[in-house]
This record gives sequence, structure tokens and C-alpha cells, in this order.
Amino acid sequence: MITVFRCLLWREMTLALRRKSEILTTMLFFVIVVSLFPLGIGPEIDTLREIAPGVLWVAALLASMLSLNRLFSDDYIDGTLEQLIISSQPLALLVFGKILAHWILTGLPLVLLSPVLGMQLGMDADSIVILMLTLLIGTPVLSLIGAVGAGLTLGVRGGGVLLSLLILPLYIPVLIFGSGAVESAQAGLGVEGHFSLLGAFLFASLVLAPLGAAASLRISLD
Amino acid sequence: MNFFTKAFWLQLSSPKTFYPVAGKLTPLFMAIALVLTVVGLYYGFVLAPPDYQQGDSYRIMFIHVPAAWMSMWIYVVMCVFAIIGMVWRTRLSDMMAGALAPTGAMFTFLALWTGALWGKPTWGTYWVWDARLTSELILLFLYFGFIALRAAIDDPQRAARASALLACVGVINVPIIYFSVKWWNTLHQGASVGLTQKATMEETMLSAMMIMTFAFWAYTFAVAFMRVRNEILEREKNSAWVAQTLSGDASSDSVSQDANVGENK
Repeated sequence: MITVFRCLLWREMTLALRRKSEILTTMLFFVIVVSLFPLGIGPEIDTLREIAPGVLWVAALLASMLSLNRLFSDDYIDGTLEQLIISSQPLALLVFGKILAHWILTGLPLVLLSPVLGMQLGMDADSIVILMLTLLIGTPVLSLIGAVGAGLTLGVRGGGVLLSLLILPLYIPVLIFGSGAVESAQAGLGVEGHFSLLGAFLFASLVLAPLGAAASLRISLD
Repeated sequence: MNFFTKAFWLQLSSPKTFYPVAGKLTPLFMAIALVLTVVGLYYGFVLAPPDYQQGDSYRIMFIHVPAAWMSMWIYVVMCVFAIIGMVWRTRLSDMMAGALAPTGAMFTFLALWTGALWGKPTWGTYWVWDARLTSELILLFLYFGFIALRAAIDDPQRAARASALLACVGVINVPIIYFSVKWWNTLHQGASVGLTQKATMEETMLSAMMIMTFAFWAYTFAVAFMRVRNEILEREKNSAWVAQTLSGDASSDSVSQDANVGENK
């Protein structure tokens, strides 16, 4: 089982790195969206510092969501997904492997890019550290919950926008506590409560989301 | 029609058997809903005394609270139907889940709208991003997502099962809405009516609210039955009994009745 998981993870990474443009597009989207806000709202640094946590989190959310379509669609089109489903390995494990690869390729770059963008919006170093930590815990949750939605909208007309409509309400709690933690840190208040809840979301979705995504794949392909 | 046999109730899970039953129940529940609404609103708008703090503007509570209760309850019922449909593969459960969703969305919108109208004179603002209002708004989005996913997939069985899974994922939101006033510091007031505690509300007000709740329930039954009848006709349109039912309805027009007068029905 571990061998299969490692194999699948390696396959996902190799395939994705052969088409690096997809990963780079997600990162560029994140950067561009965050850069739009100072241009739209004005360069007043105090305002930007105030809205920075929210802006960065919403941009990370949107960037994460946009890349979800490619989680299953390529394998769906060429039949690999069907083979994964009928294989003797537990589908939840295989799905978890795909989600992990997806997060390493799209979520982790967002975490690594966030300090630069945080500085662009005038955040101080302590807040940026908290921001990175919240994104580190939060982006896997986004990938996990998003996988359920991606499985449900597989092959559906207008799937991309529909996926957003389905997934965003479920993302809202993560957004609230993720950006809330950074705002608390900026105000000098405690962040333990926010991190506790984010951690709870992470563990709950680690356990439940692969099962849900496996169920959604079975619904979509049978 | 022995109500005490399991067979009687299990028979109702067939769309063909349920269709006429739903047809007969719809006007009954509509009538109950109308009567209860009139009685409830009379209790609420005329009989109940003015609030010592809010005066008469609190009376929107008799629509706001039952609508909010219905919005949460309908989502749970929808989720139960969805699970039954997924586990036992019964088509009618899927159809009922789909029939309930628009009504649930309507009640959620009504709760949010009447809440906003109530908030302006009492809190000074139409909207505030506190835990309860935000989670109720999320509920509205979840309903829309359910309806959208169902509409987007062509195959009715896949659509039903996909939206069922989505409903079950989202049901975690309902306890969050319910307990939000206890878990967070919210602007929205806490619960004055509970299952385990004595109500802290005046009696006429409580009666009016409960009557309105039952009125909304009856309305939901009636509308859900109407919708599920349409859904049954649509899904089973290739079967013989539907063709018979539809042509039976058509032949009851006065135009074709003379022509059919010699036939055995």
C-alpha cells in the first residue's frame, strides 16, 4: 500500500512537472490578484496593511480553487481514473495521494510566495510568519475539501464555475479563521484559538475528505 | 388501507403509488397552512402584547423565527432523504430531496431578509458579519449549490447522488448555525426557546410563533408534494402509467368527453 502511494505521488509530480506552466499559472494568478488590490484601492500603506490578511487569504483561496479542475480531469479523460477506481487499492488512499501532490504543487508555492506579497502590502515580520503558518495549515484543507467538489463536477458542463459555487461556502470557515488569526496577530492579540480551529479543520478533512472524494468519484464514474 | 402494516408504508416508496397520494395531500396541507397562517398572524399581530423594549417592531419575529427554523430543519430533512436515496437506492427519496431544496432556500432567504428588516430599527444596521448571520448566509449558498449541481448534471441518477453527497458534506453547517449564538459573541440574541428549558417568552407570543411554525411546515409539505409530483412525471415519463395518467387528465376536458362517451374507462 505504501509503495502504491509513493508510486502515485511520484507519478503526479512527474506529470505535473512536465507541464510546469500549470503550476506557474497558479502562482502568477496569486501574485497578480494580490497586486490588483493596491492598484484598485490606492497605495495608502496603512489601509493596505489593514486589509492584507484578508486579501492574501482570498487570493490564496481563489488560486487554490482555480487549479482544482486539473486534479482529476486529465486522468478522467484518458481512462486512468477508472483504472484507479477498479484497482484493489483503497480509493481513498489513492485520492489522498493525488490531493497531496496537488497541494505540494499548488498550495505550498502559495505559502512560499506569501512573505513577498505580505511585504508588498506593508505587513510586519511577525504577522508574515503567522500568515505563512495559517496558509500552511489552511491550504491543505482547501485542497482536501476542493477534491470532493472536483470529484462531483467531473465532466459536467460549466464545471469550473459550478465548482466554485459548490466549494466556496465550504471554504468560508477556513477563510474566516485563517485571516482572523493574522488579523489578531497584527493587533497583538492571541492566535491560539484560531490555530486550534484551523488544526481541527485540517485533521477532520484529512480523515473525511479522501473518503468523500472517493465517494464522489464513484458517483461520477458509475 | 391498514396504516399499521409495514407494507402500506413501503408501498408509498414507489413513485406510481405516491403520485395520487401526494395529489390528495397537497390541497389538504395547503388549507391547513392557510388556516394556521391566519390564526398565527392574528395571534401575533393583534393579540400578543407589545414588547417592553422594542414596541411593535418585534412582531416580524413571527415570520423571521419560524422561517429560520424551517431553513435549518428542511436542510436536515433533505440530507436524510439524500442518505436514504444513496443507501437504499430509492428514486422517490432523491426526488423528495430535490423537491425540498427550493423551499428551504426560500425560507433561508426569508429569514435573512426579515432579519435585515428587523435589524435596522433594533440594531441600527441591516447586516452584520456575526457568526449566526454569516452561517445562515452560507446555508443559502449551500442550498443554491445543491440546486445548481442537480441542474447541471443530465443523468438524473448521477445528479441525485452527487447532490446528495454535497448535501451531506454541508449539513455540518446546521449545528454551527444553531449553536453559533452560544459559541461566539454575536450581536444576534441567544435562544429563548429550547426543548429542555422553560421558554423565557410571554405565552401569547410563544403560541403565535409555534402556530406560524406549524403553518410553515404545512406549507412546506404542500409545496414539496406539488413539486415531487412534477418530478415524478418528468422522471417516469417513459412509463405506461404516466402516459395513462396524462391522457386521463386530457380526456377529462369537455372537448374530448363527448367523443369518448361510448368507451369503457
